[in-house]
Amino acid sequence: MHLDSLAQLFLELGAVLFGLGMLARLASRFGFSPIPLYLLAGLAFGSGGLLPIGAPRGFFETGSQIGVILLLLMIGLEYTAEDLVANLRTQAPAGVIDLLLNGLPGVGFALLMGWGPTEALAMFGITAVSSSGIISKVLTDLGRLGNRETPGVLGVLVLEDLAMAVYLPILTEVAASAGGLSAVASTIIALAVLAAVLFIALRFGPVVTRIVVSRSNEVLLLRLIGLAMLVAGAAEAAHVSAAVGAFLLGIALSTDVAERIHRIIEPLRDIFAAMFFVFFGLSTDPGQLPGVLLPALALAAVGIATKFGTGWVAGKRAGVGKPGRLRAGAALVPRGEFSIIIAGLVGTAAAPELEPVTAAYVLVLAIVGPLAPRLAEPLIRRFVLGRRPAPKPAVRELGTETPDA
Amino acid sequence: MEVEEVKLPGVGLRRDFACLNGRRVGVLSKKSGERQLIVYDDVDPDSVLVSVDMDADEASVLAELLGAPRVVERLNRLREQIEGLATAGIPISPESPFVERTLGDAEIRTRTGVSIVAVARRDGVELSPRPDFRFHAGDKVVVVGTDEGVKAADAILNPSS
Repeated sequence: MHLDSLAQLFLELGAVLFGLGMLARLASRFGFSPIPLYLLAGLAFGSGGLLPIGAPRGFFETGSQIGVILLLLMIGLEYTAEDLVANLRTQAPAGVIDLLLNGLPGVGFALLMGWGPTEALAMFGITAVSSSGIISKVLTDLGRLGNRETPGVLGVLVLEDLAMAVYLPILTEVAASAGGLSAVASTIIALAVLAAVLFIALRFGPVVTRIVVSRSNEVLLLRLIGLAMLVAGAAEAAHVSAAVGAFLLGIALSTDVAERIHRIIEPLRDIFAAMFFVFFGLSTDPGQLPGVLLPALALAAVGIATKFGTGWVAGKRAGVGKPGRLRAGAALVPRGEFSIIIAGLVGTAAAPELEPVTAAYVLVLAIVGPLAPRLAEPLIRRFVLGRRPAPKPAVRELGTETPDA
Repeated sequence: MEVEEVKLPGVGLRRDFACLNGRRVGVLSKKSGERQLIVYDDVDPDSVLVSVDMDADEASVLAELLGAPRVVERLNRLREQIEGLATAGIPISPESPFVERTLGDAEIRTRTGVSIVAVARRDGVELSPRPDFRFHAGDKVVVVGTDEGVKAADAILNPSS
């Protein structure tokens, strides 16, 4: 009997992971993100789906939580504390405009649906935050990292990620207690923790790094994952949310070894992050999708327009021309991991339609998003051809001591 | 030459400048150590027209092709054209008072009439270094001027030797 259940677990798990591998291959072949395919797979395997399996839910649930921790740890690793502080100083206005412009339609949507404050707050985050994972991949694939609007785009992403470190604890608290004084308290706690971690990372980053770093990859991996779980657990216990704990640890570790750490935990992240997206699909009832499809599509259309607004503002602030501003907006369209993390976080505390709405919203924008920069190109080109600027006169400032003058 | 330097959070650092003919070129230095050579579009100066990914070795080969030999080549041509023009590569010894001090501090031009046209160090060549350029021990300072001037510059940079 025991053997049979073990056999069933392995067969199902193996089938799911192997299937995900095929989907990831398909996605990379056509140059789009695998996230929507993982979600669809989860929907198909779940109860009421096309191929319901008696999925090992407990296993997937734990795996998906680990996935969140690893996703956020890797995002944190991308940035150094100096990066974050410098960005906060220079890009803050663009970040605030971005969050308001893109978050408020989500709030409006929640009100239209007749939802409560928890859902409104959750929808704010779900519609506001772009997927830094998808976007940096698209920019790399299109060879646009060097474009002059790209620093503005990346700056917006950094601030969104940083804003999540404050937003997620508040959301956790609101979802648990339905608002009130404790939400205010948790906001203060979250801000204090964020400030403390940034300070520690700026001052003592190398010390934190020394705790985990080792010549041996095995030692490094075990220490790092162990520390990530400890920090995430402590953060969860302090109502700051496990995800935020992992993100902050990533920031503190961002030094010269970040690149090596990155390489070592990337494969692990890929497995557990895939499980995270599948689990979200599994826990969403596909029967509810058709009912919310039209509202979600409308919300996605608004979400595309508002990101173009963000791109326009961010590009303008960076002194970039109109075509560049449009490109910046198109690049920012994809939503992904954060929207799903948020919907997963409020889970059963929110209206049952919230998960399918989020699933549909992310499905649309994770598919359309990576295509948006390519689709917008003809539009931009026509725009550019309309007003061909003369080649800029060369800026030449002679060095102090130049012989060939 | 006005070199623009922009930090790309999570990616690295981009430096670019406009050539005399209006073309912007630049280099993206990624955190992973890779380099990307970028050439900007003429019509839309904000967008990249061509980008070439290079690993560290390839990047240093390109730097060598563009940098070091060109300096020597140019100096030799100059020397042929102008009689009495002297050039030299003055090493900064570890005892030099200008280790970790700036080019401006040395006031070579004011005091000797000699021009510093380049500084070569192990990881590359700094062409037309600006006054805020900081010398390291082991740098080779390429100067152009008169014979006496070059000797005087050597005496300023390495007074003990």
